[in-house]
Amino acid sequence: MPSIQQLEDLTTQVRRDILRMVHKVNSGHPGGSLGCAEFFVTLYNEIMERKEEFDMDGNGEDLFFLSNGHISPVFYSVLARAGYFPVEELNTFRLIDSRLQGHPTTHEGLPGVRIASGSLGQGLSVAIGAAETKKLNNDNHIIFTLHGDGELQEGQNWEAIMYAAGKNIDNLIATIDLNGQQIDGSTDDVLPLGSIKEKFEAFGWIVLEIEDGNTIEAIIKGLTKAKSLAGNGKPVCVLLKTVMGNGVDFMMHTHAWHGKAPNDEQLEIGLAQNAETLKDY
Amino acid sequence: MKTYTNTENKDTRSGFGDGLTELGKTNENVVALCADLTGSLKMGDFKANHPERFFQIGIAEANMIGIAAGMTIGGKIPFTGTFANFSTGRVYDQIRQSVAYSDKNVKICASHAGITLGEDGATHQILEDIGLMKMLPGMTVINTCDYNQTKAATLAIAQHHGPVYLRFGRPKVANFTPENGTFEIGKAVQLTEGNDVTIVATGHLVWEALEASKALNENGISAEVINIHTIKPLDEKAILESVSKTGCIVTAEEHNYLGGLGESVARVLAQHKPTPQEFVATKDTFGESGTPAQLMEKYGLNSAAIEKAAKNVMKRK
Repeated sequence: MPSIQQLEDLTTQVRRDILRMVHKVNSGHPGGSLGCAEFFVTLYNEIMERKEEFDMDGNGEDLFFLSNGHISPVFYSVLARAGYFPVEELNTFRLIDSRLQGHPTTHEGLPGVRIASGSLGQGLSVAIGAAETKKLNNDNHIIFTLHGDGELQEGQNWEAIMYAAGKNIDNLIATIDLNGQQIDGSTDDVLPLGSIKEKFEAFGWIVLEIEDGNTIEAIIKGLTKAKSLAGNGKPVCVLLKTVMGNGVDFMMHTHAWHGKAPNDEQLEIGLAQNAETLKDY
Repeated sequence: MKTYTNTENKDTRSGFGDGLTELGKTNENVVALCADLTGSLKMGDFKANHPERFFQIGIAEANMIGIAAGMTIGGKIPFTGTFANFSTGRVYDQIRQSVAYSDKNVKICASHAGITLGEDGATHQILEDIGLMKMLPGMTVINTCDYNQTKAATLAIAQHHGPVYLRFGRPKVANFTPENGTFEIGKAVQLTEGNDVTIVATGHLVWEALEASKALNENGISAEVINIHTIKPLDEKAILESVSKTGCIVTAEEHNYLGGLGESVARVLAQHKPTPQEFVATKDTFGESGTPAQLMEKYGLNSAAIEKAAKNVMKRK
């Protein structure tokens, strides 16, 4: 098991990767990616039981599905640094002939990705399917997912939320990135979500809250608790309160950096706030 | 000329249901998902025999497609069942991203296609589904002609790795292909040999084409009838060989002429061998309530319409 310091160092490096990836191609989504860096690092390096080699079926291991595919920079960085593909390949993000498409896809065979996502609201259904197959295969592993809070405005989620509780999909831990922001503004301004906690509970889910979703210890504690609740007949929802753009001061607490890349000067400021820990790719 | 016998009018959806029942016994990886239409899709036997492999999703087709895509991860072969309208148009983006683009081994099985679902009317009578599905890269599109062929196709698509759209219907139609026949995806079946006109048909209009060919034969016109059960990938060779001999072609389908089999055939001909073609299909219109026979008459989809189209296209040679 890595130490907290090692996970924090990795998170800092992942932030550098995110900034450099989106800066190079002057496109991509840094805000949500930065906000979820601690979550991804902790999930892949501390929480999930993973096989070293990637295969699509993923039998005998925990699986993760990213539903809000636009935060691909953090996903790619963490996958690469977990050994699924060479970190140098992060250099090809969003370039022609790359396996690192703007939004994640299986189409070019990138190890670590099991479903395309980007068109929002589809990931929970896919995760339920994978969870059903694990049950049929008597595979006792867990399916993890991540969704944006704004993404819950898509109706398909509520079909899936109803199904997962109604059909006792209890090998499923769905995390909602509660950053309160979406492209056009705050979720309250665009379409108020009300109490997500009460909504999930009303549908029959167990809901846990991680108040400081940008602190590794809090994420470890919350996801470990979530894992312990698996197998009890109910799906588990984790409400992860994060700050969009976390770790780069001028990107924090605003939707402005949802889908905008930093310029040269902004990149330097961001990198200065996140000194190289592991090697840059 | 070779003739075919209708052993008994049977619904193609029962061919799907019986095929699925057989798959339940022979392939333990086959799972079935339904969005509250188990009876209509004839999935009841599979459900009764394999309750652990049957998934009642409720009236939530988008969720059903996503769950099916996810179930392939770990090795299952999901067959989804609902009406053609709810299998395609309603869930197009889910199929596009989670199934086709993600190359998932999902079999989208669609009943009640076209206007012959009848009295329910246009809300349920999709005439655009072949077009929607054939435009998706990697999607195989099959429209079977009778009970026997639908059963055979259901068995065959379980052996094929990749997304498939299998289209069939509600009404009882002529059952004339061999019982327990083999089904080869992408391979056209030549039913009659002829020199004057090629008739390429899909779905239950294949039987109408055979009826038309009999009437044409009585008028001294020899028609070559080809059953194109697979619209994608299209058996281009079979079409080109036939028109090389006949010099003209009629395409027949229970679908809009925009986006259907006819357009796929026209593309092949335009590219390789420009040939006069007539389209027996709906002409960019919605359907309406009525009996299947009334609707096929009104929208020009029966044997009489095919016969007329054949005579017309021969004049254009």
